[in-house]
Amino acid sequence: MRIGVITFPGSLDDVDAARAVRLAGGEPVTLWHASHDLADVDAVVLPGGFSYGDYLRAGAIAARAPLMREVVDRARQGMPVLGICNGFQVLCEAGLLPGALTRNSHLHFRNRDQRLRIERADTAWTSAYAEGQEIVVPVKNGEGRYVASPAELERLEGEGRVAVRYVGGNPNGSLRDVAGVTSEDGRVVGLMPHPEHAVEDLTGPSTDGLGFFTSVLKAVVAA
Amino acid sequence: MVVDVVLKPEISDPQGQAVLGALGRLGHTQVTGVRQGKHFVLDVEGTVDEADLRQIAETLLANPVIEDVELHLPTD
Repeated sequence: MRIGVITFPGSLDDVDAARAVRLAGGEPVTLWHASHDLADVDAVVLPGGFSYGDYLRAGAIAARAPLMREVVDRARQGMPVLGICNGFQVLCEAGLLPGALTRNSHLHFRNRDQRLRIERADTAWTSAYAEGQEIVVPVKNGEGRYVASPAELERLEGEGRVAVRYVGGNPNGSLRDVAGVTSEDGRVVGLMPHPEHAVEDLTGPSTDGLGFFTSVLKAVVAA
Repeated sequence: MVVDVVLKPEISDPQGQAVLGALGRLGHTQVTGVRQGKHFVLDVEGTVDEADLRQIAETLLANPVIEDVELHLPTD
């Protein structure tokens, strides 16, 4: 099972994401943003970091990178895509996920272990969890406040598009405590917290994050 | 040509609020609101009409989900 991890200039967590893929039992495939070739991967992870230095808006320039055109095309055909932190920002900027991420309401960079509730356990990236299950993974962002218009938020809640929600405190002022959302077909998921940093006891607060990476292996087999 | 980008009125602007707080501490209490935005100056060759400029603004310079644009074309 080949899971691509795209590196943009300024990506930071691409190595951890590839490691999480490997620990979950997948084969990580390193991809470069300026390429046009997705190298026959079965799914893609967009990692955290500060692509293009967050110039213009976080994720805005990366969303227009050459390889993102392929990602958008394949995602629309059902290829699973996970965006973590900066990767979530890229997916929103690319139009694959609704809403936008803006400056934290308190203006501080927030870095801590965060409790989350899995609201949707039927997406390509969350099927290893139970609906309502709570997990703890790190969160670390300065521009993680999820926003959308009130009407759009109502629509997303009605359609069950909030995949992951903050519990035990909202780290950035995200509307309705939204930590992550999913595409209509459940194949594209983006979240601000970092499951790839919670896959081993030695380095993470838990191993709760591994489920994102084991989920997609099943989703690809089933497809 | 100039494009100004500002957050939509319904999107809260914590940076603008921080500036407002600092102005208050400096004694400028007559300022009651600050919205922070971006100002782009584009050099172009040949002519760019309003439709082109709007496309440039709305596909890259601004995120229409959260931001509004103001276009300023040369008047001559």
